[in-house]
Amino acid sequence: MNILFDERLDGPLPTVDPEATLQRLRAALPDMTLLHTEEDRRPFECDGLSAYRVMPMLVALPETLEQVTTLLRTCHEMRVPVVTRGAGTGLSGGALPLERGVLLVMSRFNRILELDPDARIARVQPGVRNLAISEAAAPHGLYYAPDPSSQIACSIGGNVAENAGGVHCLKYGLTVHNVLALEVITIEGEPMTLGSEALDAPGFDLLALFNGSEGMLGIITEVTVKLLPRPQSAKVIMASFDDLGKAGQAVGDIIAAGIVPGGLEMMDNLAIRAAEDFIHAGYPVEAEAILLCELDGVEADVADDCQRVREVLDRAGATAITLARDDAERARFWAGRKNAFPAVGRLAPDYYCMDGTIPRRELPRVLQGIADLSAESGLRVANVFHAGDGNLHPLILFDANRSGELALAESVGGRILELCVEVGGTITGEHGVGREKINQMCAQFEDAEITVFHAVKAAFDPTSLLNPGKNIPTLARCAEYGAMHVHNNQLPHPELPRF
Amino acid sequence: MDSEAAPGAGTGDQDIARELCSQVAEADSAGTPLRIAGGGTKAFYGRPVDGAMLDLTGHRGITHYDPVELIVSVRAGTPLTELERTLADSGQQLPFEPPHFGPAATVGGMVSTGLSGPRRPWSGAVRDFVLGTRLISQNGQHLRFGGEVMKNVAGYDLSRLVTGAQGTLGVITEVSLKVLPLAGATHSLRLQLPLEAAMAKLAKWGRQPVPLTGAAWRDGVLYLRLEGGGRSVEANRARLGGENLDPDFWRQLREQELPFFDPAEPRPLWRLSIPHTTPPLNVGGDWLHDWGGAQRWLRSDMPAATIRDLASRVGGHATCYTPGAAEPFTPLAPVLAKYHRQLKAQMDPKGIFNPGRLYRDL
Repeated sequence: MNILFDERLDGPLPTVDPEATLQRLRAALPDMTLLHTEEDRRPFECDGLSAYRVMPMLVALPETLEQVTTLLRTCHEMRVPVVTRGAGTGLSGGALPLERGVLLVMSRFNRILELDPDARIARVQPGVRNLAISEAAAPHGLYYAPDPSSQIACSIGGNVAENAGGVHCLKYGLTVHNVLALEVITIEGEPMTLGSEALDAPGFDLLALFNGSEGMLGIITEVTVKLLPRPQSAKVIMASFDDLGKAGQAVGDIIAAGIVPGGLEMMDNLAIRAAEDFIHAGYPVEAEAILLCELDGVEADVADDCQRVREVLDRAGATAITLARDDAERARFWAGRKNAFPAVGRLAPDYYCMDGTIPRRELPRVLQGIADLSAESGLRVANVFHAGDGNLHPLILFDANRSGELALAESVGGRILELCVEVGGTITGEHGVGREKINQMCAQFEDAEITVFHAVKAAFDPTSLLNPGKNIPTLARCAEYGAMHVHNNQLPHPELPRF
Repeated sequence: MDSEAAPGAGTGDQDIARELCSQVAEADSAGTPLRIAGGGTKAFYGRPVDGAMLDLTGHRGITHYDPVELIVSVRAGTPLTELERTLADSGQQLPFEPPHFGPAATVGGMVSTGLSGPRRPWSGAVRDFVLGTRLISQNGQHLRFGGEVMKNVAGYDLSRLVTGAQGTLGVITEVSLKVLPLAGATHSLRLQLPLEAAMAKLAKWGRQPVPLTGAAWRDGVLYLRLEGGGRSVEANRARLGGENLDPDFWRQLREQELPFFDPAEPRPLWRLSIPHTTPPLNVGGDWLHDWGGAQRWLRSDMPAATIRDLASRVGGHATCYTPGAAEPFTPLAPVLAKYHRQLKAQMDPKGIFNPGRLYRDL
């Protein structure tokens, strides 16, 4: 099943007249940048999921809230779909354009509006880069905790839309735990404040609902984030193992000892070698697995915890345990991990990054399943794992120029995600569903649950103009997905229309 | 996950999900409103609901608990004390320190009201620890959102949406929560400090690695709690000085058992949730600060509109805790109210779930 928008499976899109839309928007918004030539639109045809490209009908780059409001009102009135894009670093195709839709690019909203060190908050526009917030807060001894690997480029608006994670989630949470308030504009052009600078707000927790809603419910125009005091001390311990299972066991042992590390990451041998070749982080290339364990907090406690973690790792059978000597070595250890994706990318012309989350106890079973799928398909798979919170990133290596390999990689990826669901996990821990995992949503959820998701969508966007086709599959798509997974020629859901 | 066979199941477990689903389905087809009830300890918190009781207390038991995963799944009718005891036996806790307001408090009530205790500014609220829910929809189907994993962004976050929604969007039958280890060391203390000086100190400490997990102020006394590793707690205890404080103070504060909360007091009790840096609002009654200033309790005879205006002018909201208030919760801005109504209409078209509990038209 192809993931590009397919009206037969994803429902009809409104009929849109590109020329009339261009004229209307130009007339209503003479000062707004509106790209319509093919060469101007080309750079926007994909996000971080670059295997899939669609030329957007028009690309709008507003600079004021009034422009966003007018754009949305006009599109609402003309029934033109709107796909919102931030920095375009998303890995699940959440900002994949539509041929018959406007791509609303929020990158020009790039100002930090307020940073209050006493209140420990920053109020920023959605196009501000994740890392720029921490950089602005640094002189006050503060930082913004979520740190997705793409943090030098990704924007906070996109982080909220995807509920982005990072390597410190176990202790510091995801984006949803670190955002206090949002300003949003609805598809009808109404402004709305969700949350507040207090710790709660009356009514439903729409703030939580909008985190991870993938541009389906409204347009984020301002984000107020919580800042934390930079930990007094942070230490990283690297442990090598001659067996993946032992490394997995060690993760549980650390948690069982009552320690909550700031970060707890695992890499397998293929990922270790790739990272070492690329970054020269000082990783042991012969190890079957390494664990990176970061302990942060008040200095005296960190020193105690380091000692306890060393003892746990030793008992768990680590073949080597190294404490980063200084901040430079600590940064190097992390650089290897944070660059694991591009490093693995050097091993093959293409790679496909998965994002399942599993209960940690199921790690041996899932890693074995991945190894079996790798052997069966002939595609190599490197494993990078946010071990502390069970978020697995298998990287499937392939060559898109070889006939059928992209489809094979996607099929292996799909089966890995189904395995995650089977063991009680989920198809996406932090990258989002977007278009990429639209089919696997059918494995994760029952029809009745998907129906509730559509009800939520309908409450905010009854005519389905915001990012249609993303995040939540139609029941028709799930019926087709089910048909491919049921081999007795009995078509499930015979009552449903096939678009 | 097969909950019947799952580890962690204790005595007194009972799964009545099927009965609950059919009660909901019947109510839906008859269009009869339901009043969803647990232990009744938080019934005062909200508008009265006129409906047939849907009793969740028979749906109880911890269905899965693996301390190493830091996750517990528990049925809604389970007594909160039972859950907390089970966690404590493994050296773990619900970090948000939920108020019980009576021995009958249930896990479902905790999640539905979304109330958190003194540790909330540092640990996060109930909703920050909710990982998954099982929910009965308006047509009586038993659904599952989220689950027993720390990170999950598949679909909309229904689990956090229903947390604090007071049963107006569906019946929560089971919840999966992230739990954390108990702190290695703790110390509570009191410092004689006028309010302005106390707030200045809290602002300063907030930017430093001081392991605070409680900060309240009343009548010239700042009450603090430190939690963390033994050495950091000891070092900060020496640094901050002050007198020792009985740690039970935090339970009394959470449970509203301090003299300030005396139910015999005639003036209504208000909760103002405002930015913690808001300067002292020394008007119209007696104040008690919690959450480092982000949650302020007020005993006052001032009209509701005046108190609400006071809170909204500083970017917050005010809730009336004294039972019987016509509108306990701050009215929503018009656009926000419109989307609340639309969401309610989508998820509960016949209005059978706790109608009017939060607002008259929800």
